[in-house]
Amino acid sequence: MDIELILTSFPKLLSATLVTLKLLSASLFFGLLIGLLFAILRLNKNKLVSSFAYGYSYVFRGTPLLVQIFIIYFGLGQIEYLRTTFLWVILKEPYWCAIIAFSLNTGAYTSEILRSAFETIKPGIIEAGRSLGLNKIFIFTKIQIPIAIKQSLPAYGNEIILMLKGTSLASTVTLMDITGVAKFIISTTFRPIEVFIVAGSIYLFITFLVHNLIKYLEKKYSFN
Amino acid sequence: MELISFGDKGWGDELFVATLMTIAVAITAMLIGFLFALIFTPLKLSKYKILNLIANFYTTVVRGVPELLVIYLFFFGGSGAIMYVAQIFGYYDYIEINAFLTGAISIGIISGAYSTEVFRGAIQSIDKGQFEACHVLGLKKYIYFFKVIMPQMLRLAIPNLSNVWQITLKDTSLISVTGLVEIMRQSYIAAGSTRDPLFFYSFAALLYLMLTYLSMKFINRLEKNYSRGY
Repeated sequence: MDIELILTSFPKLLSATLVTLKLLSASLFFGLLIGLLFAILRLNKNKLVSSFAYGYSYVFRGTPLLVQIFIIYFGLGQIEYLRTTFLWVILKEPYWCAIIAFSLNTGAYTSEILRSAFETIKPGIIEAGRSLGLNKIFIFTKIQIPIAIKQSLPAYGNEIILMLKGTSLASTVTLMDITGVAKFIISTTFRPIEVFIVAGSIYLFITFLVHNLIKYLEKKYSFN
Repeated sequence: MELISFGDKGWGDELFVATLMTIAVAITAMLIGFLFALIFTPLKLSKYKILNLIANFYTTVVRGVPELLVIYLFFFGGSGAIMYVAQIFGYYDYIEINAFLTGAISIGIISGAYSTEVFRGAIQSIDKGQFEACHVLGLKKYIYFFKVIMPQMLRLAIPNLSNVWQITLKDTSLISVTGLVEIMRQSYIAAGSTRDPLFFYSFAALLYLMLTYLSMKFINRLEKNYSRGY
């Protein structure tokens, strides 16, 4: 065990933590929006719309995240037309490609979580709102959303932790997140165990924080 | 279409072999995972706090750390660890362990942590009366485990194990970083030499989708088989 390496690699990995957290928060933000959109589409009465939403979540949940990120980073750059549009400004940056891939991926899982949360809301509650003369938007934002948040919190907490682990794949498209820096240190020093301990502890610490945050929110949103 | 034809010109046969490799790694990893679950599930359910602690440490660390990091640990550390052991026995040459084994073991350890949680949950949700009945009947330990607890546990565990299988199958794509030629690695090679990454990575996605779809079909049948009588 090389204590000195642990001490020297810790600050390097800590500064890489910022990259990981940025990737995580950006993809969770966009993923939540995508997830909400597709959950609503999924509950649409129109068969075509709901099966489109189902197809989206099926494809993104059925393929590895690595394939998705490679298609977006290496694949889309191949289309000549895209290179001429303003989208190219975004797509040539590995940072944005990673965020797009992560958002689409977590969006698919989030849409499933939210859909099942919406489905568990008892119809009586919505009918009560309607008989009170509330309009549709009010019922959705003030009744359905708060109940859905409460229902989906435990599953969404798991999804955050899965996404945290998913951000490690950003290192395959040249980004220097915790895993990227860890791999660099390992391949220059050939001391995998020490680096693993440091990088692993940082990830576990973030997981621990997320876990407690979700616990706190669950308490806050439990209505009893 | 020519790109995925079989033979010298296309990449069809290479990708077919790579798909078989993905399946082989996934199944081996799943079995290694079961082996780990077989060790750690009893520890989780044990009366002794220290054994619980060991098992909890395993499942928490492995499930909280990115898969890629675990793979790097084994990829860079695996041969070092084996050489260290070999040196104790007086063998000083360089030993390189096979990429297949490194991959299967690292994915297996991850899959094992998930399987352990699934088995623990399944055993805990079996009715207490079943255990007591076995005691009262004076059944031998292995009979009571294999004939009474196991069949009930499998019925409860299969839906969650199918999730573990999906995770394991998708995790095998990460082994491509170690150079093992499975779907992802083969697509990377093909994309590099034909300069057509969009096509090959999309095709890889399609292959994974096919694998998950087919395995779901198979697991659904298995599930029906084990829930006869319910």
